[in-house]
Amino acid sequence: MSRVASLLRASLAGVLLAAFAFALIGPLANLALWSVAERWYTPYKLPVTYGTRYWEQVFRPTGDAMASLGTSVWIAVLTVVVALALSVPAGYALARLKLPMRSLFMIVFLLPQAFPSVAIYINVARIFYKLGINGTVLGVVLVHAAHGLVYSVWIAAAAFAAVDKDLELAARNIGASPLRTFFTVTLPLAAPGVIASGIFVFLESLDEFTGTFFVGVPQVTTLPLLLYNAAMGGNYQVASITALILLVPSVLFMLFIERFLRADVLAKVGA
Amino acid sequence: MSLSQRQLAVLLIAPGLALIAVLFLYPLCFSLVSAFTGPGGGLSLQAFGKAFELYSGDILFTIVIVVTSCALTALAAVAIAGTLTLGENPWVVGTLRALYRWPLFIPFIVAAQCMRTFLAKNGLMNNTFVSLGLMEPLQAVSYLDWRGIIITFVWKQTPFVALLLAGALASLDRATLEAGRNLGASRLRVLIELALPQAMPTLLVALVLSFVTMLSVLSVPMMVAGSQPTMLTVDMAFRINAYGDYATANALGVITYLISAGAAILYLRHGMAKESAS
Repeated sequence: MSRVASLLRASLAGVLLAAFAFALIGPLANLALWSVAERWYTPYKLPVTYGTRYWEQVFRPTGDAMASLGTSVWIAVLTVVVALALSVPAGYALARLKLPMRSLFMIVFLLPQAFPSVAIYINVARIFYKLGINGTVLGVVLVHAAHGLVYSVWIAAAAFAAVDKDLELAARNIGASPLRTFFTVTLPLAAPGVIASGIFVFLESLDEFTGTFFVGVPQVTTLPLLLYNAAMGGNYQVASITALILLVPSVLFMLFIERFLRADVLAKVGA
Repeated sequence: MSLSQRQLAVLLIAPGLALIAVLFLYPLCFSLVSAFTGPGGGLSLQAFGKAFELYSGDILFTIVIVVTSCALTALAAVAIAGTLTLGENPWVVGTLRALYRWPLFIPFIVAAQCMRTFLAKNGLMNNTFVSLGLMEPLQAVSYLDWRGIIITFVWKQTPFVALLLAGALASLDRATLEAGRNLGASRLRVLIELALPQAMPTLLVALVLSFVTMLSVLSVPMMVAGSQPTMLTVDMAFRINAYGDYATANALGVITYLISAGAAILYLRHGMAKESAS
């Protein structure tokens, strides 16, 4: 009797797990199918003809997609540069120096993520329009950097806090200047965390849609905007291929994040 | 000239704060001022009147969608994190651990595109159900409406909440949980009565963050559902792009701030009730 019961339990667990896997992977499988479907219409349950015609169209050097990919990567790189230039000093100050109202400043960097952002972006767009930087790469980079700053500042602060203070003191004792100590001891030791924060900011920028939608249009077309335009225009193949391109860095990041973000740094994030 | 440590610290953090001030605090004030200014200048609630007149249905729709999505996300996350912590079948736990994180870093817009095809009347979901004999072809309906938005939100946010919750559950004292099991409590009871109350703060933080995220997402309601009824984010974009009507759009914006403030207050109240109880 108990054997029957345990068999029932196991098969129930199996069914539940299969349903879960279907719910999780099904949407992604549908995306992958659309990317290689040359013709697919009702009542067919699977594509009528398969092919790589749309891949060729997307990856044609003169195509929209390659231009958008270039724009997206360029914006993401600039965003990382801006965010790190601001967050490395800020993170060091938060982790190592006596800063008045420290926890208030930590929260200030979180604010852009803690408010519903559409209402902010429409006003940023209005301000940028007056300044003449609406629809420019600069405008989009600034918006992405402000949005990503919470990750870069918080992770950089955690990375600096995890550096052993005695090593800095040892360097100072043998005569290194504070600046030299920072660049030869503190920064190299904190580098993996800082790089991880840079990757975070890079991905945030690459995936960002809402801010670019208000600030970048119509001149700046990043990959998410191309995906949106293709989807709304009914071109499911191009939309699916663009979506798959956007998935690659996200999946790589998920697989490798633990290499960069060590547990001792992770435990100090937000503290 | 030499700087004190304090001055140096302020100097180092100032550029970052300046960016937030210019690109967040200033626009935030701008939106508040714009929402409360009448057409002839001066303080006025006219924009809110118009917002309620045109969009009260969408305000309700947004609240219902976001609250339902958060509730379902919480349920799914508790089920996943609970299985990961208390599961006894290593095969089930291993498979679940390998699977559940996948949507975590997938952008909302990609999730929206996935669901746009998956949940359609002839999407892979209905087709699979028909092929398995679970459904007649004529029963197939499109889920690309409020249900689609909720499914997409839950699909995208569950891994995030489950990840944080599983972390909190893993750091609990195993001895208490084992003691509960030894006294004859079922695993479900151990999860609900022993483990979850201790991990509640983490669960609530994750849910509040998800709540605000769902209120901010523009791509999912635009791509997954039709035009009416829709979420406030889409209405704001429409007011701006179609009419250049900043007053009404900003009034709707202030309403979304208030909705997210409601979630934050519920969270803080729970924290305070807990502090006074302990």
